[in-house]
Order: sequence, then structure tokens, then C-alpha cells
Amino acid sequence: MDTLTIILLDGITFASWLFLISAGLTFAYGVLRILNIAHGSIYAIGAYTGATFARALLHSGADPFLAYPVLLGAALLVGLVLGPLLERGFLRRVYDQEEVITLLLTFSIFLILEDAMKLIWGVSPIIVAEPYALLGQLTVAGVTYPVYSFLLTGVAIAAGLGLWVVVDRTRFGKLITAVINDREISAALGVNVPSIYTVAFTGAAILAALGGALTAPMVSVVPGISADVIVLAFAVTVIGGLGNVAGGAIGALLVGLLRSAAIQFLPALELFVVYALMTVILLFRPEGLFGGVEVRRI
Amino acid sequence: MRRALGGAAPWLSALLVSASLPRLLPDWLGFLLTVALAKALVVLGVAVLLRSNLVSFGHGLYFATGAYAVAFAARWLHLREAVLLILVTLLVSGALAAVLGLFLARYRGIFFGMLTLAFSMILYSLLLKLYSLTGGTDGMVIAPPTILGLSPGAQATRAYYYLTLVCLALALIGTRRWLGSPVGFLANAIRDNEIRVEYMGASVRRGIYRTYLLSGLLGGLGGCLVAFTVGHIAPEFSYWTQSGDFVFVTVLGGYASVFAPVVGSVVFELVRNYAYALSPYTWQMSLGVILLFIILFLPRGLWSLLETFRVVSSPWTSSSKR
Repeated sequence: MDTLTIILLDGITFASWLFLISAGLTFAYGVLRILNIAHGSIYAIGAYTGATFARALLHSGADPFLAYPVLLGAALLVGLVLGPLLERGFLRRVYDQEEVITLLLTFSIFLILEDAMKLIWGVSPIIVAEPYALLGQLTVAGVTYPVYSFLLTGVAIAAGLGLWVVVDRTRFGKLITAVINDREISAALGVNVPSIYTVAFTGAAILAALGGALTAPMVSVVPGISADVIVLAFAVTVIGGLGNVAGGAIGALLVGLLRSAAIQFLPALELFVVYALMTVILLFRPEGLFGGVEVRRI
Repeated sequence: MRRALGGAAPWLSALLVSASLPRLLPDWLGFLLTVALAKALVVLGVAVLLRSNLVSFGHGLYFATGAYAVAFAARWLHLREAVLLILVTLLVSGALAAVLGLFLARYRGIFFGMLTLAFSMILYSLLLKLYSLTGGTDGMVIAPPTILGLSPGAQATRAYYYLTLVCLALALIGTRRWLGSPVGFLANAIRDNEIRVEYMGASVRRGIYRTYLLSGLLGGLGGCLVAFTVGHIAPEFSYWTQSGDFVFVTVLGGYASVFAPVVGSVVFELVRNYAYALSPYTWQMSLGVILLFIILFLPRGLWSLLETFRVVSSPWTSSSKR
């Protein structure tokens, strides 16, 4: 019974984290048709910035509970700076090119940011665990579990709902939908497509940075986390269907539960199950579990 | 439209230069060059796929398969002979490509990339976590194999350099012949317009399947030769950043000629080595900047610089086809 509770709790926590890192990726793909490898770098920069700010705050002797808004602020800052910079500076130049070219372009940005982080923050790990420990623990069905995990889940749900409200319930969301369906006609009808692209990409960047900033207190922030994160995010994105945010949520939940079950029963297959699921989905439903069938353009 | 002499001259000069290199260069540079040439085989594999506009973002799969095939053949079959080990590698990576190719031949664009990525990450997760079998992150050590029964001993660097050179030369000749064959031309046609290829009566799927098979064989051979030379292999061979490096080098060199991947690979290893020595924290950044530059300004790779030069030098070649 306890094992089941642990699997559920771990799985949901892991799924929340996965959703935060992959929602932006799949959203950006849906709007811009760009699979952004540098998404992982934005995540890592969010983690570094969040950790740095939170550490500065704790050293200054201020109320430690201020660390949470500081983490959020760090994520916003990173997203608002990096999003427009990358989209306007680089991605804009390759929209009319093939998907593989844009993939390579984001790979080059990934390589550049990877070293930029080493230059700014060095290579020794940064550990700021206070915000994690501060909220204490909670006993759920006989299992003691850190409250911070529930906070993470709450934020992931809020982010998902927020994204849904924006896309489905606002004028801006309707414009996005129009642009996704037909970029040229939208432009001809007076929609400012470039600015929609910038805003959508910046939103994705903020989500990535948020995922990073909230992860920072749970792990030690070291070089190389961006590479590990992005390939997991790819798996989740593919499982849910490229460009499908709701599918991404289900994909995250599926991967999260599967992995935490594997950790309990077959720890050696912990990573294998994730990529095996990704492969199976690609083989039998390449459009993702919930993606619609897309007519192939030749 | 190249004349026969023009076709043979670069081959002969390249062969002469590369054969005499070990006498001219210090040992460490010879080692670096061997690794670069071995990896050039993998890059060649990525390049033949790229001609059909298929980006394999998981060619580390074959790189690692080749390397681990050597390790397990040495452990389980007690093979110590390089030629036999190469044959085993080709058999294993060929079989793997023959199976995976069945699935991959149906995929294009981003989905092809994602599926190859998924396959390579599966192998990575297995190599990483099946500790008792593969040694996990510690990797595996490979004892230097004999070449045709001769133990290389102190001359190992040089011996494996020549072995790699011979394999590379054979692979280049084979690939070049293959590209000149109808199936090879089909690869370009598939890139331009799949529907027309089908209308002409050729099978796109079969064309892609064969291309993939070739590219898997080349990848496995490259991994096997790196395993000989370095003597130590690790799960990172199959990690996506390794595959990304291969794609990077392919784009760096371009794929206009079979030599382009070799040039790209050698330039890459040298740049990486020197950049790493000069400033360990910015070498990836310099690679990234180079890649960015190539994508934005030189979409056909370093090799196209040479082509541009050629076009300029001969007034008879039309430059308008670009």
C-alpha cells in the first residue's frame, strides 16, 4: 500500500516537473513549428538565476519566505530577456527553412548558451535547499512527503490552466489559433504574425525558466542539466503529440508514473521505460497519443 | 562532367598525404587524426542520409553499437583479431539497421529525427543502467586487437592509423560508387520530390531503406575503429549530444562530396582539441558560433567554399544552378 502511495506521489511530482519543462516546448512547436533544443538551456539558466537570487536573498537576512516570489521573478526575468532575444535575433531568420535547419540552429544556440553558463556561474554546483526545506513535510496516507512537491504540482496545474485560458478564452489565443492554422492568410487579414511569434516564444521561454527556477531548490545546479532535461522534454512532447499542450500533460503524467513505478520495481530500467514509451508512440501513433492526423506536405 | 583525371587526382594526392602523415606528425596528433578519420565514417553515414533530407539525430546508436560489439565480441567470443572484429561489427550494426530501417523508412522530417533519437536513447539507457553487463558509466576497456595476426605493441598508434585509413578509403570508394549508382541518385531525387520518384516507378521507401542500411554500416565501422584506437568506450557514445556532434560535423563539412565529411571531421577534432586546450569553458561556444554561421551563411558546408572557388576558376561551369 505504501509503495503504491509512493509511486503515485513520486509520479505526480515528476510529472509536474516534466509538464513544466515540456509545456513550453510543445507550445512553441505548435505555434512556430520549431523544435527548440535551446529550451533546455533556458531551463538551466532559469535554475542558475533562481538559485543565485535566492541565495543572495537568504544571505541578506530577509524573510526566507520571500524566496518563492524571488524564484518566480527570476524565471520571469530570464524568459522575458532570453525569449525575445532568441526569437528576434536568430529564429526569425530561418522560419521559411525546413524543420531540420531550425533544429540545428537551436542546437547551435544550445552549444553557445551551455558555455555562457559556465562562464557566468562556473562549474561548481550551486545548492540552495532552503526553499525546499522551509515548507516542511506532510503525511499523506502514511507516507511523509515534502510540501514543496505539492507546490510544484500546484504551479504545474496553474501553468497548464493559464495556458489553456490564454489560448482558448482570450482574443490573443484566437489570434494564435489563426496563425497556427494559416500563417499567410492571418497576415493578409492584418494579424501581426511576427509579434505573435515573439510573444508565444517568450511565453514558452518563461515556462522553461520557471521549471528551472522551481527545480533549483530540489537539486544541485550543475553544468549539463540542460542536455538531460531537453531530451526528456522531447520524449514527453512526442508522447503527447508535437504541439499539443493537453497531450503534453497526459504524456507527462504517463512518463512520470511509469518512471516512478520502474524506480520501485526495476530501477535498472528507470530511463529505458521513458524512451521505450517514446519509441512505441512514434512507431504506432507518430502524431502523438492525442494529436490529430496531419496531412503530409511534400 | 568532371574528367577522369580530375576525379582520380584528389584521391591519389589525399592517399599519399595521409599515408605519409604518421612519419611527419607527433604521436598524439596521429592519435587525434585516427579518431577523426574513424568518426568521419559515422559522419559519412549521417551525410548519405542528409542527401535525402533525412536528419538522423541518433547516429550515436551505431557508433555505440560498433564500439560495444567489439567489447562483447572480445569478452564472449574471445576474438582478438581486428579484421574479425570489424566483420562482427558490420554484421551486428547491419542487422540492427536492417530491422530499424523497416520502421524508419516510413518517416520523414522531424519524425525521422525523433525516432532515431528515441532509438539511440534506448541504447544509452540500457548501456548506462545494466551495470553488471556494460559497466555503466565506467564503460568498458578494450585490449588492443592484433591486425592480421600481428600484435601492434609499441607501434599501436601508427598501426591503428593505417587500419583506419584503409577502412576509410574502402568506405569512401564504396560510398562514392554507391552514390553514382541508380540507388544513390535516387537519394537526391527523393530530396527534391518524392511523388515524382514514385511516378517514375522507383520505390522511395526502398531507396531510404538501403540508404539507412549503408549509413548504419558506416556508423558501426566508425565506432569499432574508435574502440580499437582509444581502448575505452562509454555509454555517452549513444547519448544525444554525441549524435548532435555528428550532425554538426556533417553540416560543417557539407555533403557535396564524399571527402567533405572527412574534411569536416578532421577540422572538428583539431578545432575542438585546440579550443579545449586554450579555453576549456568556451570551446563549445566557438563550435556553436561556427555552426550558427554555417547555417545562416554557408548552408552547404565548408566544402562549398571549395566549390565556389572552382566555379569561379572555370568560366564554362554555370554558376546559376545554385
